[in-house]
Amino acid sequence: MLKRPLAAALFVAAGLLPAHAAKTTLVVSLPIEPPGLDPTIAAPVAIREVTWVNLFEGLVRLDRDGRVQPLLAKSWEVSPDGLTYTFRLQDGVKFHDGTAFDSADVKFAFDRARAPNSTNAQKQIFAPIDAIETPDPATVRIKLKEPTGNFLYYLGWGDAVIVAPETAENNKANPVGTGPFKFKSWARGDKVELIRNPDYWQPGKVKLESVTFRFVNDPQAQVAALRAGDVDAIPNMAAPEVFAGLKKDPRFTVVAGNTEGEIVAGLNNAKKPFDDPRVRRALMHAVDRKTLIEGAYSGFGQPIGSHFSPNHPAYVDTTGVVPHDPAKAKALLKEAGFGSGLAMTIKTPQMPYASRSAELLTAMLSEVGVDLKIVPTEFPAKWIEEVFKNKDYDMTIVAHTEPLDIDIYARDSYYFNYKSDKLKAVIAEAARTVDEKARFAKYAEAEKILAEDVPALFLFQLPKLGVWNAKLKGMWENYPIPSADVTEVYWVD
Amino acid sequence: MGGLDGRPGDSAASRPLLRLIILRFASLAITLVAVAAAIFLILEVLPGDPAAIMLGTSAREDTLAALRHELGLDRPALERFVLWVGGLLQGDLGTSITYRMPVSALVADRLAITIPLSLLAILISTAIAIPLGVLAAANRDRGADRSVLVFSQLGVAVPNFWLGILGILVFSTALGWLPAGGFPGWSSGLWPSSKALVLPAFALALPQAAVLTRVTRSATLEVIGADFVRTARAKGLSERATLRSHVVPNALIPVATILGLQLSFFFGGAILVENVFNLPGLGRLAYQALAQRDLVVIKDVVLIFSGLVILVNFAVDLGYLVLDPRLRSRA
Repeated sequence: MLKRPLAAALFVAAGLLPAHAAKTTLVVSLPIEPPGLDPTIAAPVAIREVTWVNLFEGLVRLDRDGRVQPLLAKSWEVSPDGLTYTFRLQDGVKFHDGTAFDSADVKFAFDRARAPNSTNAQKQIFAPIDAIETPDPATVRIKLKEPTGNFLYYLGWGDAVIVAPETAENNKANPVGTGPFKFKSWARGDKVELIRNPDYWQPGKVKLESVTFRFVNDPQAQVAALRAGDVDAIPNMAAPEVFAGLKKDPRFTVVAGNTEGEIVAGLNNAKKPFDDPRVRRALMHAVDRKTLIEGAYSGFGQPIGSHFSPNHPAYVDTTGVVPHDPAKAKALLKEAGFGSGLAMTIKTPQMPYASRSAELLTAMLSEVGVDLKIVPTEFPAKWIEEVFKNKDYDMTIVAHTEPLDIDIYARDSYYFNYKSDKLKAVIAEAARTVDEKARFAKYAEAEKILAEDVPALFLFQLPKLGVWNAKLKGMWENYPIPSADVTEVYWVD
Repeated sequence: MGGLDGRPGDSAASRPLLRLIILRFASLAITLVAVAAAIFLILEVLPGDPAAIMLGTSAREDTLAALRHELGLDRPALERFVLWVGGLLQGDLGTSITYRMPVSALVADRLAITIPLSLLAILISTAIAIPLGVLAAANRDRGADRSVLVFSQLGVAVPNFWLGILGILVFSTALGWLPAGGFPGWSSGLWPSSKALVLPAFALALPQAAVLTRVTRSATLEVIGADFVRTARAKGLSERATLRSHVVPNALIPVATILGLQLSFFFGGAILVENVFNLPGLGRLAYQALAQRDLVVIKDVVLIFSGLVILVNFAVDLGYLVLDPRLRSRA
């Protein structure tokens, strides 16, 4: 008899007895504070993490598998020529300020995004739009100039959420959307608080009453706050070495998933000798991706042979196209006239993955007679200036976190200085192709062209290292889009 | 002027004070103008386009141009400088490029953390350093002295951000006594807010306390050997009384100088410590603004830091007057 109260007391002390009701508050730790809360006027991922589908909603959304799902549009039809999209809107949707949502808001939001003075970071999403018609409050008809395969997919991004004409100007500081959470407060430098929207058009959809996003830049401090119970979840942490240590702790769920971020060591394809595909291929042959991932990211992350996310259905494994083969690398360098060696630099930003990868690349390339010198730079400010704009570099390394961005290799002004008519034709064809299967086949073709031509050293897919309280359910394991969707998150006892 | 009311004691003390205040304010104004011009020039040549940072690598050229226009970055440099300084003279710090809100509001919130944090740190640092330094000097080359020297050597070697992480591991993660970071806001009450500042203040203070301990020790040793101290002892004053009323007051003058320098250092150290503890103070604001190239905020924060440092030096000079009666009577 004595044992039982003792055991009970111990359980209480250990906090293991079930609570009376499941918790309805959530504290999420994000590494970067958003510079504003309007995803339609600036690019930072941090804005999307706080606002996308939590606060703001688009006509459609992407689900956790990256598939397009209806949201403010309950259904749509695409004309056989692929030029007209007719959306039927949800009924009874209200903005957080109480005003009703209808087709005029959709027209306003998209016209604002494509206006001449628009500062939308993904203005090209709206470039194909020819006209937006609103035959009635519940219908929007969008006419395109040309068929656009990924039009619906892009409408699921944060850049295409629907904002109201009355409140759009102030969304950066006081966001008003249609989402399941409303903006409550923003203590700048510290946290943003959201509370449940009682008038949400899908009643009962969210279980949380409030969500706090706390901005903690230092991964050690993030983990300390998690261990101390000050935060409940770190959806995506940047310190793989810390992450590995959390696996043993039963209090936490630890998930290594995928993001849409490709870590690539971009080459200046217009600069000699990197205009020679033999040199580029030789550099790729010198790299052992597995060892690189081990050293740069504690073994988390999937090797890639091209610029495409393994999450995507159109992904093809191209890691074998230019595999690790130092002998071949040396032979190719000799053939290109660099048998006695090659000296080059890598402009390396301050992110730990970048500097570690650069060090490993230096070691790997030295084995084939390439002297790679690390030149530090600062991301984003200095890097954008030196590498992206002035293209003053040999090699650099960054993660390209935008989903489905293989078309950057077909952009003339992009920092790779890569010009391939063959690739441009395939990418243009993919953009025009409305049929999904045919479009994916075009992407596969583009992936193979890049894998063979090596405009950049394709290294690995940036993983999403998530850790959260074991009693928390509904968090995303992968990031098919940069986000921190908490609309399906709940606590279990 | 102060002597007009007929109290003779006043005039001697207040005249140098008044002159000091006028001189200080003049130097404050000149320094601030120089700092303003310097920081503006530095930011002009510093690589980084705020518009490109805000809009990312997929932004089209027309979108970038629209944002640059909205932010006023397309105006000539001289015009921007004049607008900025003109605004400052009217008390308008401008609008933050990233937050798009008035910098004055941002800064006011941040100062409400950084100033209490720095003051708390200096309090802790002096409370540790002065007794330890005097103790070490009074027990020169004995056990107490050696222990103090080991402590101070350690303190000088340990960086404050590392100390901060260690403090979090021990007092937040393991013991759960103090929050691991963040700030609940002064509106949540004095105790929860102060609690959030305890660990960061110690992290800031301990390395400085180590330096200050060494300074106190050597200053005290210097005074202990002085003639007037021997005289005091010869008068029959006890060792303790000699220390208290003759040695320590005289040793405090160099200590005050270092203390003044340190308070300036605390504002700088706050950048690291506020980042480790995730405190939304002025240091963190400066750090974020620099990474984001929020030119308006960087310029203002650097000016404010410079102003604070000058004010602190002014306070130290006033401190000399209190500590050293000779400075008062010399006038």
